[in-house]
Amino acid sequence: MRLLDRVGQATTNFFEYAGGLTILSAETVGFMARLRIRVGETISQCALLGVQSLVIVTLTSLFTGAVISLESAQSAVAYGFENIVGGAVAYGSVRELGPMLTAVVVAGRVGAAIAAELGSMVVTEQIEALRSMGLEPARFLVVPRLVALLFMLPLLTIFADVVSILGGMYIAQAYAHISYDSFISSVRQSIDMSDVIKGLLKSFVFAVIIVMVGAYQGLSTRGGAAGVGRSTTFAVVLAIILIFVSNFFLSFLLFGGQ
Amino acid sequence: MNQDARKVIARIDNATLAFGDKVVLKNLSFDVAEGAITCVIGLSGAGKSTILRLLDGLLLPSEGHVYVRGEDICHMNEEQLNRVRQKISLSFQFSALLDSLTVGENVALPLREHTKLSEAEIRKTVLDALDSVGLAHTYDNLPNELSGGMLKRAGFARAIVTRPDLVLYDEPTTGLDPIVTNLITDTILKLRQKLHGTAVVISHDLPSIFAMADYIAMLFEGAIIACDTAESIRSSTNPIVQQFLQGSEVGPIPI
Repeated sequence: MRLLDRVGQATTNFFEYAGGLTILSAETVGFMARLRIRVGETISQCALLGVQSLVIVTLTSLFTGAVISLESAQSAVAYGFENIVGGAVAYGSVRELGPMLTAVVVAGRVGAAIAAELGSMVVTEQIEALRSMGLEPARFLVVPRLVALLFMLPLLTIFADVVSILGGMYIAQAYAHISYDSFISSVRQSIDMSDVIKGLLKSFVFAVIIVMVGAYQGLSTRGGAAGVGRSTTFAVVLAIILIFVSNFFLSFLLFGGQ
Repeated sequence: MNQDARKVIARIDNATLAFGDKVVLKNLSFDVAEGAITCVIGLSGAGKSTILRLLDGLLLPSEGHVYVRGEDICHMNEEQLNRVRQKISLSFQFSALLDSLTVGENVALPLREHTKLSEAEIRKTVLDALDSVGLAHTYDNLPNELSGGMLKRAGFARAIVTRPDLVLYDEPTTGLDPIVTNLITDTILKLRQKLHGTAVVISHDLPSIFAMADYIAMLFEGAIIACDTAESIRSSTNPIVQQFLQGSEVGPIPI
């Protein structure tokens, strides 16, 4: 009986969470569709959420490209296929690791920041103050963050793709003496513009996940400082899980096993 | 409730509100007389602040009705509620200024969002509101640069900047020294005079309440057990009211 109670409670909690997240997302999209966007705040969120993520995205993508190059170059040199190393790095970076790792890094930084900021606003009654002034928290707080990340995450992804390829190219030359020309030629042969665009499509979905999970988690914070901590942790964990799961389905839909 | 022939601007009618298993308000009825300051007194955790949130539509009763200017706000959608809220201002216990904005930007917020005033007009109106609470010099300060009393007054300025019909003050003097308490009480009286408006004040501070209240309502166990003019409440024969006013440990109020 206790087990059934727990299953019932967990099911209720799941649908309550999913329902709340859906309602907040629908409200946010509704305001965006009616162009009720605070432009000044959106621009400052672009700087906060996007530009300030540049260093961490650079470091992760640089070393990701470098390690793919290191691993593939070792085998490629052993079997005499040095000309595929550039392709391996570009293929992995542009189609999968670029969009996904950038999203994961941004989820850790931006998702946490959104949940913590909105959570603190809840516990200090700032959200209630907005509502009491007749201002909708979704329009006032969520829309600028979503628009900013929808704009910035694809840019960060392109940047990460380029840095990752450059990192791989440097390691391929330094470690396996593969020339830059040979590396770039291999890159060109293995990916085309459609791969880049599909990778960017993924980053739009990831931006929605990061902002909506962070915002919903922040706005549903209960229980003071401890509650803010719980919301922040859960926002990051859930966003990362959803990024991995959705990445699988997006790859299946966009690349269809090619 | 004896409120002479004053018009009622807002009314809570037979409202019940529970959070989970805890019933906070039970069949509570409460009238807000236009042009008067009505103070609500009661024990800590009795649900006084909940009354303000019902009047502002931030909480809706599970049973009963809340009327503002004769309209039942319980059946309104969020957009309609937002229009009602533009005529009612809530001043929060801890001011609830947005900490990412300066004091001036905080006070300007409702004007920027709900009016078509020019930036110059907004600045003038905001400075006027800040001046009326003695804080014009804090226009460019961030909230974390202000003391507790200044934060409360900045919250008042934000509450009155749109010249609302009804201002709700949640514990305006709690946690402040006697001098700042007097300053806050005087400010509320001054603002009422300036706006010719109506106010509901939640407080525990009896000297401050008797200095400003036209009417006093006592909340006990989820219901208003007495509501009358300040003088009538002071001389009330209700043992619960008297025990609360005297701060006595002996009486019908369980401790």
